[in-house]
Amino acid sequence: MEFEPVIGLEVHVQLNTETKIFCTCSTRFGSTPNTNVCPVCLGLPGVLPVLNQNVLKKAIQASLALNCHIASYSKFDRKHYYYPDLPKNYQISQYDLPIGYKGFLDIRNNDKTKRINITRVHMEEDAGKLIHSEKSSASFSYVDYNRTGVPLIEIVSEPDISSPAEAHRYLEVLKNRMRYIEVSDCNMEEGSLRCDANISIRPTGSKELGVKTEIKNMNSFKAVEKALEYEIKRQIEMLESKQKIKQETRLWDADKEVTTSMRSKEEAHDYRYFPEPDLVPIIVGPEWVKELKASLPQMPDEKFKQYIKKMGIPDENAYRLTAEKELALFFEKCAELYDNYKSLSNWIISEIVQYLNKHQKTIHDLKKLDPKSFVSLVKMVDKGEITSRVAKDVSTEVIEKGTDPEKIVKEKNLKQVSDVSAIDKMVDDVMAEEPDAVEKFKAGKEGVIGYLVGKVMQKSKGKANPKVVTELFRAKLK
Amino acid sequence: MQLNEMKAHELLPLLKKKEISSTEITESVFKQIDQRKRVNAYISIMKDRAFQQAKIIDKKYSQGEIKKEYIAGIPMAVKDNICIKDFPTTCGSKILNGFRPPYNGTVIEKITRHLGIIVGKTNMDEFAMGSSTETSFFGPTLNPHNLEYIPGGSSGGSAAAVADNQTILAIGSDTGGSIRQPAALCGVVGMKPTYGLVSRYGLVAFASSLDQIGTFSRDVKDSALLLNVIAGYDPNDSTSIKSETIDYTKGLEENIKNLKIGVPREYFIEGIDKRIKARVQKVISDLEKEGAVVEPVNLPHTKYAVADYYIIAPSEASSNLARYDGVKYGYRSGSSGSDKDLLSMYFNTRREGFGEEVKRRILIGTFSLSSGYYDAYYLKAMKVRTCIKNDFEKAFKKCDCLITPTSPTPAFKLGEKTEDPLKMYLSDIFTISANLAGIPGISIPCGKTDEGLPIGLQILASHFQEKKMLKLAYQAEQLLKKEM
Repeated sequence: MEFEPVIGLEVHVQLNTETKIFCTCSTRFGSTPNTNVCPVCLGLPGVLPVLNQNVLKKAIQASLALNCHIASYSKFDRKHYYYPDLPKNYQISQYDLPIGYKGFLDIRNNDKTKRINITRVHMEEDAGKLIHSEKSSASFSYVDYNRTGVPLIEIVSEPDISSPAEAHRYLEVLKNRMRYIEVSDCNMEEGSLRCDANISIRPTGSKELGVKTEIKNMNSFKAVEKALEYEIKRQIEMLESKQKIKQETRLWDADKEVTTSMRSKEEAHDYRYFPEPDLVPIIVGPEWVKELKASLPQMPDEKFKQYIKKMGIPDENAYRLTAEKELALFFEKCAELYDNYKSLSNWIISEIVQYLNKHQKTIHDLKKLDPKSFVSLVKMVDKGEITSRVAKDVSTEVIEKGTDPEKIVKEKNLKQVSDVSAIDKMVDDVMAEEPDAVEKFKAGKEGVIGYLVGKVMQKSKGKANPKVVTELFRAKLK
Repeated sequence: MQLNEMKAHELLPLLKKKEISSTEITESVFKQIDQRKRVNAYISIMKDRAFQQAKIIDKKYSQGEIKKEYIAGIPMAVKDNICIKDFPTTCGSKILNGFRPPYNGTVIEKITRHLGIIVGKTNMDEFAMGSSTETSFFGPTLNPHNLEYIPGGSSGGSAAAVADNQTILAIGSDTGGSIRQPAALCGVVGMKPTYGLVSRYGLVAFASSLDQIGTFSRDVKDSALLLNVIAGYDPNDSTSIKSETIDYTKGLEENIKNLKIGVPREYFIEGIDKRIKARVQKVISDLEKEGAVVEPVNLPHTKYAVADYYIIAPSEASSNLARYDGVKYGYRSGSSGSDKDLLSMYFNTRREGFGEEVKRRILIGTFSLSSGYYDAYYLKAMKVRTCIKNDFEKAFKKCDCLITPTSPTPAFKLGEKTEDPLKMYLSDIFTISANLAGIPGISIPCGKTDEGLPIGLQILASHFQEKKMLKLAYQAEQLLKKEM
C-alpha cells in the first residue's frame, strides 16, 4: 500500500521589540544571566502585566504578512504548567481568540504553487532557560530568566503540508516574510524561530487522518526535513507490521537522527486555560489594520512575480534574489541604473551571493557595497571592455570596498585585449608549448580547444578576448 | 482623649497648627500596639521607619512645607498582602516565609508621597481566604470588643487595629467582603471602592478579577480622605481606570433629600440575625424621615452569588498561587534533604507551606478549570456573574444607592465555624455580590447587639459612584451619632 504524510507546523517566532511583552526589560540576547529581569517578568507576588503596544503592532503586521484576518476583539489567557523556567507557573498566551486567524502562504515546490493554510497567529510570552550542571551528579540546576517575557508569536498551519520538502519550503517562505517586514530575524540558532511538527500518515488518496505524533527539538530547517522523513518511515513501518501508532510527543535526536518518545497522550498537560484577568481585552479598529497593511513592504512572492513577468529574469534567479529583502532591494537599485536585468541578476548571484555564502555574511555586512560601481562592473563585461574572468577578479574589491571598477581596470591595465596582433604571439607560443593537445585537436578532439584557450588566458592574465583567441586557434589549426 | 483614639481629620488641623506632632501621634499608636499585643492585629511592625518618617514630617510641618495634608503625619496600618519594599510580606502564610519584595505597591507609593506613616503590616486570613482571620499562619486576630470573638476577615488585623486604636487608618483588600465584613464585626468603617479605581499593583493576588484595595477608618470622612490618596489611574495596572481626580471629602454634608435608596428584598431573608435586621431597618426609616426616597428592589440572582463566587475566586486563586513552588522565593521544603527530585520539592513545599483553607480552594479552582469541567463550572459561573451584574444595573437605574446589612450575623466565637467551611462562606453572603459586579460598597457601624458586639450597615452604589455612596454613609453616620 502507498502512504502519504499529512503535516502541520507550529512555528514560534520571536518578535524583535526592544522591550519584553509585559514589562520594560530589555530583550537583548546573550546578556549575563538574570540581568534583564524585573519584578514583573519574574512574576513576583503582587505584580501585574501591561501589554507592550509594539508587540501588538508587530503581531498584527506578522499576521497581515501571513494573509490572516485580524481579530477586532481578542484576549489573553493563562496556560498552566509547572516548570522552574516559568516563574508564574503559567504562561500568558492566547487561547480561543487569537490576534490573527485564517491566513495562508503560497509556496513553490517543483515549479508548482501550493497554498498552505494558516489556522492562527497568537501572541505569548517566552519562558526562561534551565542551565544544567555539566556534572551528572549535581543535585540542582540553574535558571536564567532573561528570556522570560520575550514576545513570541505562534503560527499554526493547517495540516496542508504533504512532504518534508514542502515543510522546508514553507519554513523558508515564512521566515522570508517575517524578515521582509522586519518583525524578527528568525534565527533558529539563537532560538528566534522554533518549529514543532505534527505528522500522521494515511493510505494515499484517503480522506481520513491517521494518528498523529508531535515532534519537537528540531533546530534547523534541515533538521525539520530529516526528522519528518524519519518519522514518515517509522510510521509506515509500524503500519505495515500491523502495529498501532500511539498519539504522543517525540523528540528529534540530531546526533542519532531518530525520534524518541517524550510523553504519551495520557501524560499530556491539562493546561487549564482561562482568560487572563489582569489584562483587558484587545480591541483593534479597522483604521489601524488598514494603516498597518498599507505600511507593509512588497512581499517576496509579489517581487518574484514582478521579476519574472516584468523584468524577464529566470525563475531560479528571481527566487534567489527575493530570498533576502536587502538583496532584492539592492537588485532593484541596480535595475534603476541599468536595464539588462538578466545580466544584473546573474552577476549579483554569481558574485555577491557567492561571496556572502563563502564568507558567511549577510548583505547587511557589506556596508560599502555601492549599486553604481557594481552596475558599472556588469556594464563593462556586457560591453566587452573586460572579460568575465577579469570581472570575477575585480568583483571582490567592488563588493568589499565599493571601488569604481573602471578605476581598478585602468590602474591594473586589465582591459580586454581583442587586438589580433597582440594575441597572435601568445597563440603561437601555446601551440609550441602544447604539442600533444595540438595533435589531439587535429585528430578531431574538439574539446581540447578549451584547454588551449585557457592557456592563452593564463598568459594574458585574463585580459585576452576568449572569442578572438578561439577564432585564431581554429584558423591556425585548420 | 488620647491621640491614637482620634480621627485623621481631627488630628490634621492640630498638626497644622503645630499643637501636636506626628511623632507624638506615632508614639501613642505604638504604645497601644505594645499594650494590646494579645489582639494580634499585626504580623510585623515598622517602628524605626515610622519614627524616622514622623520626624521628617514634623520638620515639614514646622517649616510650612505641607500644602495638601490629606494624611500627612497620620499613622496607618497596611494589610500584609501589599508589598512594601524590603519589608516582609507574608499574606499570613508560611509559604512566603522570608520573602521581602524588592518594590513598593502603588498604594504604598501614594501613601508615602502623601506622607502617611506606615506603622506595620496587619494580620489576615492566609492569602485573604477566610472570614475570621483564623486561617493566618500567625494565629488568629481577636475582636477588640470581646477577645473571645473573631474580628471577621480576611482583613481582620486592619479592622481590629482601627477598632482598638492601634492605628488611625488602615488599608485592606476586599475580594468577597474582606474589608466590609470585618469592619462590621469590629464596629469601624470599611470601604471597598469600585473595581479599577485603586491600583492593584503590589497587592498579592488572590482572585484578580475581584480583588480591590480599600480603606478602614473610624468614620466616613476619614475613609473619604484616604480614598483621595489611593484612588487613581496607574499605568502598571491595566485594569485601573483613567478618570478625573475627585475630592471625596467634598460634599459629604450635602442633604439627601430625594436621594433614592433601594432596599433589596433578597438581603432581608430568613436566617439573618433579628437584631441586625431591626437596626438596619431603623436607619433606613430614619433616612426616609430626612427626605430620602426608599423603595424595595429585587436582585433576583442574589441567591447564586455565594456559589458563583466559590467557583470564580478559587479558579483564579489556583492560578495566582501556582507561583509559590519553592523555586524562587519564600518557603522551600527539604532543608533536611528529603526532596529527592523537582516533583517532590514542589509537592512538599506546597503541602507544608499552604494551610488547609488555601489548599481547599486551590483544589476547587483546579477542578473548575480542568478540561471537561470548565464549561460546566468556570464558564457557567462567568455567565451567572453577568446576571448578577445586570441585576445591579437594573436596580441602579431606579435608585442611587442600596442599603443592606453587611453581615447576616455579628462576630462569632473563635473556632465556632472553622470546622464547617460552608457555614463560614455564608458569612460573606451580603458582600460577595458587590465584588462580582465590581461596584463600590461601604460598611458603617450601626449600633451593637445586647452582648455589645457591633452591627454593620452596608451601602452599595453603582460603578464609580463613591461620592454618592460616601454622602449617604456620612448622613447615616450623623443620624446614628444623634441617636447615641
